[in-house]
Amino acid sequence: MDRSRRIPSALAVAAAAALVLAGCSSGSGGKKAEEGADGASAGKATTPRMTVALVTHQAPGDTFWDIVRKGAEAAAAKDNIKLVYSADPNAGNQANLVQNAIDQKVDGIAVTLAKPDALKDVLGKAEQAGIPVVGLNSGLSDWKRLGLLQFFGQDENVAGEALGKRLNEEGAKKAVCVIQEQGNIGLTQRCDGVKKTFEGTTEILNVNGTDMPSVKSTITAKLKQDGAIDHVVTLGAPFALTAVQSVSEAGSKAKVATFDLNKDLTGAIQRGDIEFAVDQQPYLQGYLAVDGLWLYKNNGNYSGGGEQPVLTGPAFVDRSNVERVAGYAAKGTR
Amino acid sequence: MGTTQQAAPAVTTPPAPGPRHTDGRTRERPLVLRLLARPEVGVFLGAVAVFVFFLIAAPSLRQGGSMATVLYQASTIGIMALPVALLMIGGEFDLSAGVAVITSALTAAMLSYQLTLNVWTGVIVALVVSLAVGAFNGWMLVKTGLPSFLVTLGTFLILQGVNLAVTKLVTGNVATDDISTMDGFDQARALFASSFDVGGVQVKITVVWWLVFAALATWVLLRTKYGNWIFAVGGNKESARAVGVPVTFTKISLFVVVGFGAWFVGMHQLFSFNTVQSGEGVGQELIYIAAAVIGGCLLTGGHGSAIGPVFGAFMFGMVQQGIVYAGWNPDWFKAFLGVMLLGAVLINLWVQRTATRR
Repeated sequence: MDRSRRIPSALAVAAAAALVLAGCSSGSGGKKAEEGADGASAGKATTPRMTVALVTHQAPGDTFWDIVRKGAEAAAAKDNIKLVYSADPNAGNQANLVQNAIDQKVDGIAVTLAKPDALKDVLGKAEQAGIPVVGLNSGLSDWKRLGLLQFFGQDENVAGEALGKRLNEEGAKKAVCVIQEQGNIGLTQRCDGVKKTFEGTTEILNVNGTDMPSVKSTITAKLKQDGAIDHVVTLGAPFALTAVQSVSEAGSKAKVATFDLNKDLTGAIQRGDIEFAVDQQPYLQGYLAVDGLWLYKNNGNYSGGGEQPVLTGPAFVDRSNVERVAGYAAKGTR
Repeated sequence: MGTTQQAAPAVTTPPAPGPRHTDGRTRERPLVLRLLARPEVGVFLGAVAVFVFFLIAAPSLRQGGSMATVLYQASTIGIMALPVALLMIGGEFDLSAGVAVITSALTAAMLSYQLTLNVWTGVIVALVVSLAVGAFNGWMLVKTGLPSFLVTLGTFLILQGVNLAVTKLVTGNVATDDISTMDGFDQARALFASSFDVGGVQVKITVVWWLVFAALATWVLLRTKYGNWIFAVGGNKESARAVGVPVTFTKISLFVVVGFGAWFVGMHQLFSFNTVQSGEGVGQELIYIAAAVIGGCLLTGGHGSAIGPVFGAFMFGMVQQGIVYAGWNPDWFKAFLGVMLLGAVLINLWVQRTATRR
């Protein structure tokens, strides 16, 4: 009884599965069309195994931080380092994560200083414990004050200024700078930098970065409200791609430029949908921070001599060099 | 008690203070007052007020295309606000609704891409997953008797973690791959994320779906037995059960309907942006709940309508985009949003009180 009932249903399930796998397969795109490969690899060090903690202010699921982490992992693999990654956008929680790393008695800490003062106390404790600390990504103006060994990152103001100059070359008159996270210092500094060097007018637009449809309609609304806008500047790759849709929906002739890269963005540059991206090379930030700690431990080196930061950006990616970058971006390392 | 609420779910007044007769107090009240007492009328007036305000403050809003943008923004909130409102009338709410949208989109994108399948396969599996998440919420709630706050907070956290971890595990990145070149994409985009021309204005198809779903929800709520069940379980669960309302079925099915909404909005996001970032969606659940509450649904259940949340979502879209159309200082953006919404809710409250007072 039971068996006779089960057999048809089992057959149905099997048939459905077969249909799914055979009949419904896609003839274009998809995993089959993608070639898999890993990031850069440069052999492996024979130095004693050490542990490094990388503590960032990443919000969950952000493509940018994923690239930083990949760079750090590549350096860790090369240097015979065990990498402990943790992140929390809340400054207090990030401080606790640094404390956690100190408790684990790691051999080095790499940390982002999005909210430097919140980390001041805990960084003092790391110093007392004799753990070397390097900074990356954000905190360019604070790393020395907080006693860090070295710093790898982009001066957000300098990057903004570079973008502003580029807008002048493009003959832009009016730009809107789209901030996806209201109150984030680094993002504000970028727009400030643009404003400083750009000879036309710059306006700020705040959007809700966790809700793409809302990002899209808000940019569309802005373009309709002000027909004079000829450039939309976004501060992250996914928002640039959305801005392209907004421009076409608003019937505007505005061009899109952005900070930061990802693999879909390189395609958009190749197609000419996006003019250029200012890349701060997040992979390099993660890689150099971990490698810098290794060099310090094994050879006593200070990148930047312990006096100057090591700048990883701004590097421009546009139609002239996108071919070279696209392959790396597809692997998620640029 | 429960039965009177069920029998007339669209009652224009809360239960009368007492069954006294012929002393003048229960005489038929003027039509205007009866209308005002309906849950959606307060928000309707609030929405009109906000609309007129921005028409005056923001000249560029007066073009047809601008209105299409506002409606699009409203529709992506509104499609989810509808099932969230039904659930709220049924006495529960769902904190996992925001990330559930992204779970659905991630499922469809990764399944299609990784196995190189027609995207419709991903769309259908995502539907199953979304309905299952809803059923899980409902089942946990009914089985454990825990408040929906706790159960759905748990699901919210689980989904947030799973979204990120599984995406990273499967794709090696925290965003899904672009599926726009795959088979079936264009059809799916036509259904979930296309737009059409009305007198030279591009209107998004989500606006149509939103209104269709709203009409359907209104019909279910006011004209079907199931609609009566929703009011009954939200009003008083025990007395509803006593008069034979299948409380367990009603509650679980309401969560499943929220799952359906999450699937639909998730598919819209996937097919309009081609990829999904796994960290999105957090915080949206509060916006859906806010739209439902502004739309006249009580947080305590048993009262509300399906058309109210439509105006609630419209108001949200109107305020959010209106601030941009008006060209105001963007630093104040969220503060403006909060003030306008509080103002709208107060108008809503005032209208209700005036209408029910004699």
